[in-house]
Amino acid sequence: MNEEIRAILKEHGRLSTDVAALADDSDLYQAGMTSHASVNVMLALEGKFDVEFPDRMLKRGVFESVASIRAAIEELTGGR
Amino acid sequence: MGRGGLVVGTDLVEVAQVAHSLQTFRERYLTRVFTADELAYCLDGRRDPARHLAARFAAKEATLKALRQNDEAVDWRSVEVRRRPDGSCEIVLHGGVRALAERLSVDVLSVSMSHDGAYATAVVIAEQREKWRLPASRLARKTPRGAYER
Repeated sequence: MNEEIRAILKEHGRLSTDVAALADDSDLYQAGMTSHASVNVMLALEGKFDVEFPDRMLKRGVFESVASIRAAIEELTGGR
Repeated sequence: MGRGGLVVGTDLVEVAQVAHSLQTFRERYLTRVFTADELAYCLDGRRDPARHLAARFAAKEATLKALRQNDEAVDWRSVEVRRRPDGSCEIVLHGGVRALAERLSVDVLSVSMSHDGAYATAVVIAEQREKWRLPASRLARKTPRGAYER
């Protein structure tokens, strides 16, 4: 799953650093992701994993790292 | 946010990024980020809707910065840019962001937006009332000026 998340971040995250060089817990906002880019990342994740982020998950912390995104996706998919 | 001061928030959005979002996600992007009123204005025959949408996104983010929002859940549609009859714009808050502003005693939100070429920008100033200096009649007022939906 991490590689799929990284592919989405590479396409939509507008990171100023190579996503492959980031650790799973690296701060994506510190790596250059803007708020607007985080919306695109969210929409791309929803399409890729067939989920919808509920309002309670529309927070900075959910999209701040590969690890936090993975945790959110796993919660939404229930491990399917 | 401290007590009784003015706090400014600003944001800059590249118009091309909004155009990219429109092209890639279309309806999902529009309906997850913007309110019906915002879409009605920005899409109603505008030559370049992305510019107007970008300015509104900048205003939403600038508002959150002015409110010093950190990691609370935020529906982007809960910060709405609404046009007044005279053409000026105001920020209207809904849901959790409205509750946040009330907790912070933010009395007024003023917004200014602009776009030129590749970029759109917005500045929002949040005015926080000074509870300890205001008369009781003012403190009892439930609807702050300009900031909230009436």
